[in-house]
Amino acid sequence: MEVTLSDDQEFFRETTLRFLTDKSEPDSLRSLQADAHGFDREYWRQGAELGWTSLLISEDHGGGSISGSGVVDMSIVADAFGRHAASGPLISTNVVAAAIDKTGSEAQVADNLDGFISGERIGAWCLSEPAPNDGLGAVTSSALTATADDGNYRLSGVKGPVEAGAQADVLLIVGNTDGAPTQFLVDPTTDGVTIRPLESVDMSRRFAAIEFDDVVVGSDAVLGEVGGARGAIERQLHIACMMQVAEMVGAAERVFDMTVEWAFDRYSFGRPLASYQELKHRFADMKMWLEASHALGTALASELGADSPSTAETASVAKAYCGHYLGELMQDCVQMHGGIGLTSEHDLHLYFRRVAANRATYGTAADHRRRIAAGRLEPGTESEMAA
Amino acid sequence: MSEVESVESFAERSRLWLADSMPRVDPDAYIHGLGSDEAELAFVDRQRQLQRVLFDGGFAGICFPAEYGGQGLSAAHQNVFNIECVGYQMPALINVPTFVPCGAVLLEFGTEEQKQKHIPSMLKGEKLWMQFLSEPSGGSDVAGALTTAVRDGEEWLLNGSKVWTTGAWWSDMGLCLVRTNWDVPKHRGLSVFIIDIADPNIDVQRIEMLNGSREFCQEFLTDVRVPDSDRVGEVDDGWTVGRRWMFHERNAMGGGSPLVSGPGVGHGGAGSGVDPSLVITEAMGRTDDPVALDLIGESLMLRRAATELTKRVGEGMASGAVSDTSAAITRLMNGVVMARNWTIHAELAGSAAVAWESEGPLDGVGVNYLMRQSNSIAGGTVEMARNNISERVLGMPRERTLDKDVAFRDVPKGPPASR
Ligand SMILES: Cc1cc2nc3c(=O)[nH]c(=O)nc-3n(C[C@H](O)[C@H](O)[C@H](O)COP(=O)(O)OP(=O)(O)OC[C@H]3O[C@@H](n4cnc5c(N)ncnc54)[C@H](O)[C@@H]3O)c2cc1C
Repeated sequence: MEVTLSDDQEFFRETTLRFLTDKSEPDSLRSLQADAHGFDREYWRQGAELGWTSLLISEDHGGGSISGSGVVDMSIVADAFGRHAASGPLISTNVVAAAIDKTGSEAQVADNLDGFISGERIGAWCLSEPAPNDGLGAVTSSALTATADDGNYRLSGVKGPVEAGAQADVLLIVGNTDGAPTQFLVDPTTDGVTIRPLESVDMSRRFAAIEFDDVVVGSDAVLGEVGGARGAIERQLHIACMMQVAEMVGAAERVFDMTVEWAFDRYSFGRPLASYQELKHRFADMKMWLEASHALGTALASELGADSPSTAETASVAKAYCGHYLGELMQDCVQMHGGIGLTSEHDLHLYFRRVAANRATYGTAADHRRRIAAGRLEPGTESEMAA
Repeated sequence: MSEVESVESFAERSRLWLADSMPRVDPDAYIHGLGSDEAELAFVDRQRQLQRVLFDGGFAGICFPAEYGGQGLSAAHQNVFNIECVGYQMPALINVPTFVPCGAVLLEFGTEEQKQKHIPSMLKGEKLWMQFLSEPSGGSDVAGALTTAVRDGEEWLLNGSKVWTTGAWWSDMGLCLVRTNWDVPKHRGLSVFIIDIADPNIDVQRIEMLNGSREFCQEFLTDVRVPDSDRVGEVDDGWTVGRRWMFHERNAMGGGSPLVSGPGVGHGGAGSGVDPSLVITEAMGRTDDPVALDLIGESLMLRRAATELTKRVGEGMASGAVSDTSAAITRLMNGVVMARNWTIHAELAGSAAVAWESEGPLDGVGVNYLMRQSNSIAGGTVEMARNNISERVLGMPRERTLDKDVAFRDVPKGPPASR
């Protein structure tokens, strides 16, 4: 159920859903599984025309929103993406776009944003790192080092999983300069950058590990302040969480509805499954998780859109809650389907995969629970907490 | 005022008035239900006084109609007041069950005379109300009430027993669901009456709960005479009233009723102030323990999720996007979140939830753990909420029952309850 959309937003939502119903139906998703890129560039350009990549870019830079809050509009697109397990680098491109829009130099804006808006250009945010630096605490105290060297910077380290890492035209890298975070915009074809595609649970999105072996970049690659990226990284993380949560809610609602329908149609012992109290009660719990998740997604989008100081905690609450309970919801839906729920031929897994991917990237539920606690114990320091 | 005051102006006016008129929350305040009878009565009196201050200040019954002493304002006004009043002493005890469900039921089904007579005295804190629903024979199947009213001219004679009423011994009035016809199916033979608890033919007995509280009561009604003018709704049509009564109760339990005024249901946390999970962790010196951080995060997460869910469902019901049956979703959430949070508190307290110093932040954590299920039972159980969600929100088939289309007299019943 949607309780808070304006007419413009409702129209935007319907347009997006109609497009995706056409372009991202189960058969085309299945055919993407063997595709190395995981999405079609022409499809992405059409999506960009619908506004998928301009909502988090200010009007000055050629972007714009539907409703006045680009963040809320973006949550509508992300919800539709989840509902259709849609392909394409939605989160990564938009996070990079928002970052450049906020602190990019004139040249960085000119080089990137028009391309993002038209759908020609794809961005990837290189935030996460492999174990033992895979917790959220490591996010802002990156193990990838960026050492100043005669006006240039030398990047060394590994990032991954990076969404759309092998498809991107520009990489936004979180690095560590003398113990403080700095972000760099780097061309993936630069010498010393090695990109290795990873296997993943998501059928219609691709992840990569990216190695930086003494990669030399000029100071013009720095986005924002050297050593001063903490706030920007936090905000980007909140955007990513907001989009992940909306996607998870969309995917979970689709599978929940599908499973309710199944419970009415499937009979055992002469009765529909929906008549067994044990199963009815589990449906009631799932409905509660789903509505609470939806409510948290709404709260997060509205706080993030308004730049509220409580956004950090709300982002972690939403991610921790949805990461845990929507994962459980998906598993329960598999269980209610019985054997067919574990097959490739059934559509359930298409959407389950999106929840499985989102729940453990940009912080697991446990990472976010600890952030909530740390934020309360030492207000203002949640981003520095060790994993 | 001919124009409705804007929400912003009301918030501002509330803020100033509260600062001037209401006492701040006292961290060492008496905990309701756990002291001597004198302390308990003093606490109840205090609640009445606080309500009177609100009434005199023009802040009682924000969403109650003005003609019955309320302010006639919107849920949005109540919401901002709920935010402004955090940190002040509020008469939570009077809000549930006096305003909701009892007041809400009167507003919906009471005669003009009943509303004129009872709503203002509720809002002034003069009369505290109880709901007489549950019986020794069962509370979930509330329409299976055995307590009976027989007509005697312009009066009715009530006989039977009601139970699990919290605080009936210091309350004034009750809304009572009784059977008026045993020869028709269960739901078609019920009626609702207003009763005066001081009636000498109502014997109020107290029951000790496992945390030592003696607030639980049982009432024995023996030939209690009630005038027909105290009947709410039609004779034998009490279930029409009862269904809405249950809705108002669930809505109050889930924290979604605009007729409830105050900082909101706690979901197992402090209504205001520092969350108990943080207080306990600090008292135990566990602030560096990652397991403790995980539990604190979970506890805060659950509270927030419950709050946002209540908001969403409340907005959905207010706009008509979802039906009122959705109140069962918040009711379920409130029950499970409270239960989990009181477990988390006990987990954080470790052995101090078993044996503790009588003063200090760890006092009561272990007993709360024993009482953990209370919010999953009170106000209709979480199982009944799950039945409601699956059957009335999702439209799944009803459970098979053996009490349809037979005279209530012939419905199978268990042996008489031991109470
Ligand atoms: C703190 C507190 C305050 C209360 N205050 C009041 C009050 O002021 N006024 C009042 O009238 N009552 C009050 N109650 C009573 C409360 O409403 C009942 O206890 C509750 O409705 C359950 O009824 P019961 O205790 O008879 O249990 P039962 O109805 O006998 O139920 C026992 C168990 O069986 C389960 N069950 C029963 N039927 C079904 C079914 N169809 N499907 C699945 N599970 C089922 C229940 O969920 C429960 O777990 C209060 C209770 C508490 C704990």
